[in-house]
Amino acid sequence: MKKFILAVFALVPVLAFAAGPSLPLDSANNDLADKESLKRGFKTYINYCLGCHQLQYQRYNRTFTDLGIEEADGIENYMYTGEKVGDHITNTMPKKEAAAWFGTAPPDLTLEARLRSPDWIYTYLRSFYIDESRPFGVNNTLFKDVGMPHVLQDLQGVSSIDENGKLTPAQGGSLTAEEYDEVVRDLTNFLEYVGEPNKLERKALGVKVLIFIFIFFIFAYLLKKEYWRDVH
Amino acid sequence: MSNVPVNNGRRRFLTAATAVVGGAGVVGVAVPFIGSWNPSARAKAAGAPVEINVGKIQPGQLIRAEWRGKPVYVVRRTEKTVNDLAKVDDQLRDPNSDEAQQPEYAKNAYRSIKPEFLVALGVCTHLGCAPTHHSGDFDQFVEGVSDGFFCPCHGSKFDMAGRVFQGVPAPLNLMVPEHSFTSEDTLLIGVGQGEA
Amino acid sequence: MFANFMAWIDKRLPVTDCWNKHLAQYPAPKNFNFWYFFGSLAMLVLVNQILTGVWLTMSYEPSGDGAFASIEYIMRDVDYGWLLRYMHSTGASFFFIVVYLHMFRGMMYGSYQKPRELLWIFGMLIFLVLMAEAFMGYLLPWGNMSYWGAQVIISLFGAIPVIGDDLTQWIRGDYVISGATLNRFFALHVIAMPLVLVILVFLHILALHEVGSNNPDGTEIKKKKGSVKPEELSKFKFHKHYTDKYDIVDAIPFHPYYSVKDIMGVAFFLFIFCWVMFFAPEGGGFFIEAPNFEPANGLKTPEHIVPVWYFGPFYTILRVVPDKLLGAVAMFGAIIMLFALPWFDRGTVKSMKFRCTWHKVNLFQFTVSFIVLAILGTKAATPLNNMIGTVASFGYFGFFIALWFYSKNETTKPVPERVSK
Repeated sequence: MKKFILAVFALVPVLAFAAGPSLPLDSANNDLADKESLKRGFKTYINYCLGCHQLQYQRYNRTFTDLGIEEADGIENYMYTGEKVGDHITNTMPKKEAAAWFGTAPPDLTLEARLRSPDWIYTYLRSFYIDESRPFGVNNTLFKDVGMPHVLQDLQGVSSIDENGKLTPAQGGSLTAEEYDEVVRDLTNFLEYVGEPNKLERKALGVKVLIFIFIFFIFAYLLKKEYWRDVH
Repeated sequence: MSNVPVNNGRRRFLTAATAVVGGAGVVGVAVPFIGSWNPSARAKAAGAPVEINVGKIQPGQLIRAEWRGKPVYVVRRTEKTVNDLAKVDDQLRDPNSDEAQQPEYAKNAYRSIKPEFLVALGVCTHLGCAPTHHSGDFDQFVEGVSDGFFCPCHGSKFDMAGRVFQGVPAPLNLMVPEHSFTSEDTLLIGVGQGEA
Repeated sequence: MFANFMAWIDKRLPVTDCWNKHLAQYPAPKNFNFWYFFGSLAMLVLVNQILTGVWLTMSYEPSGDGAFASIEYIMRDVDYGWLLRYMHSTGASFFFIVVYLHMFRGMMYGSYQKPRELLWIFGMLIFLVLMAEAFMGYLLPWGNMSYWGAQVIISLFGAIPVIGDDLTQWIRGDYVISGATLNRFFALHVIAMPLVLVILVFLHILALHEVGSNNPDGTEIKKKKGSVKPEELSKFKFHKHYTDKYDIVDAIPFHPYYSVKDIMGVAFFLFIFCWVMFFAPEGGGFFIEAPNFEPANGLKTPEHIVPVWYFGPFYTILRVVPDKLLGAVAMFGAIIMLFALPWFDRGTVKSMKFRCTWHKVNLFQFTVSFIVLAILGTKAATPLNNMIGTVASFGYFGFFIALWFYSKNETTKPVPERVSK
């Protein structure tokens, strides 16, 4: 019987074949517990992304609370268009026109990190290169023929692509490559937070629940043992 | 039953212990189910305090605001109106606002923070209709009183501090919500004086 | 006080008698092993699904415009909404894990054989309704995978000759999957299907208690009345409903012995369940699929449309048949095979322990085929995958065919009169 089960589990991985090829992603290595990083990412998001990409399921005041931002400070430094603190983080870009400008309406990014993974976002924002054939003069190695311009170009500068399809170091930005990676890492961190604001809370609660169940199991085990002394 | 000696003490102890720990677990599981009935972030956002610029209200004018789905009347009372409030005291049910129909800071002769501004819920304390504001022609309801509120549903009458007259169905004065002034002209409904 | 109260009740409703007959004096074989936990665990998950489901319904909005946003509303704005939602989504996958293991137990120990055919049929009906329930529930988050998954499965009905196209349109209530489809699926998911499930579970248990549980040895614990020496009889007191008709050996009362054992099993299960729910609620992309974090979009197909893992085996069988109608027939046939298992097996020995080597090999290859089919169902249909899938599909159907042949005149080991251990 036991051999039977073991044999099944031994055989299955042999038949479970490797997944298809996928583009290698760079590891974002972001840390959700780093609130300063999240605040910087939030700021970058407000300044560079929110014009086109809403976070329509996330509220300002929730974000302030979770990131440790005082409400007055938040209203002053993160809210520019006169919303109320309880409002969702939205913009006023008209969807139809936006679709005409970019080919497709800029998607909401609340769940982007769950849809594509933080590493994807981190890699994507570091994969733009010059391509004059595209409407905005840039293309992306990770997201071919993307409709989005390279919004962070004045920070990163711009790469080109060599004959092997490799990106050359970016030229002409105000930040060094390391500084730019840091900005993107913070932004990725923020987007992972927004994707699931309860993530840390969930894991913290999980530890307590598991400890509790373990204790309950010990009692249940001893109780079972005690009763089953009757059974021969 | 069985021929082994049964250790009843141990058995009872383990049963009780498992039941207690299991019971605590059930209580724990109940927490999310009960907790999820609290007002959600959406409800809280919709019920957030409302800010009103009272600087533009003319003397004698009433404006309606909405807070947590209820109408709030804000009246800029004239000096005469304020002075006349005490005159009707003997015709009122609760002239000194003894019933808890207002926050502590509004328990005064004007039922307000600033004598000039009355802030009250436009909800009749009888059955919840909206009383209408009568300016200048209230003497058709109460002789010799020019201004007041009259509820069209069952004829309840209130003075310009929202205090209910005697002999009408409404039992209590109009409710004064928590409010405060964040600056000279800015009224915040929903946050009391001294809070936040 | 309490005794008086119970006496008053018992005169009007046989509560105490029912308790004794089905729990405190219900004879269960004493040799249940690990595999016998999954029945009670399935009940536990059912209760979890119903409770969290009711609570999710309180905040969910069944409309094409509001459904996706209302899930995020639950995840963010409702206190503990995220927990209730993860309990439900994790519960859905665990329901199938538990049910598949429960079914596998039945296959190993011949629990479907005479006289438990009807018990097995009720179980299979539960499985069928559970799949429908899960399929409809999967549309409700209105994510892009929800949408396209439903699109593919509903299109299956288009394979039916003559009426196929009209039928799919009728199921959808629109020319594409739309809010109308969502609304009817919602109604079925939250009311109709759970009601049917609960009734079927009740019948399943009723049928179980009529014939009694099988056990890993496949021997009967109810012997012919008068055939057992008094000193051989079980020492425990059982309800006269059973002792009047049979001599009972090797049995223990379900309560307290199996109730305390099942509580222990529940604790162990909850540990694993909560581990997944709190630390990997997406189940590695199998329990909640990444494309479902994007709202339904009828103009944008996800890169790989794959069903949730628990439909994998049947989906693969559908996919490897190079004909739409025959594929659908094969898929439904795979389920019908399971229904007919008690009649494919013409043997009289129940437990695989005492059956011929052929049977062990056959069951083994079936298990492997089933798992391979499940894995393939969540992967892209490459030519290699299709080839492996075809082999595994033959393995799946071959199990039943082979069983029918060798079980007629099977060389078995002697089955002991009494349970071992």
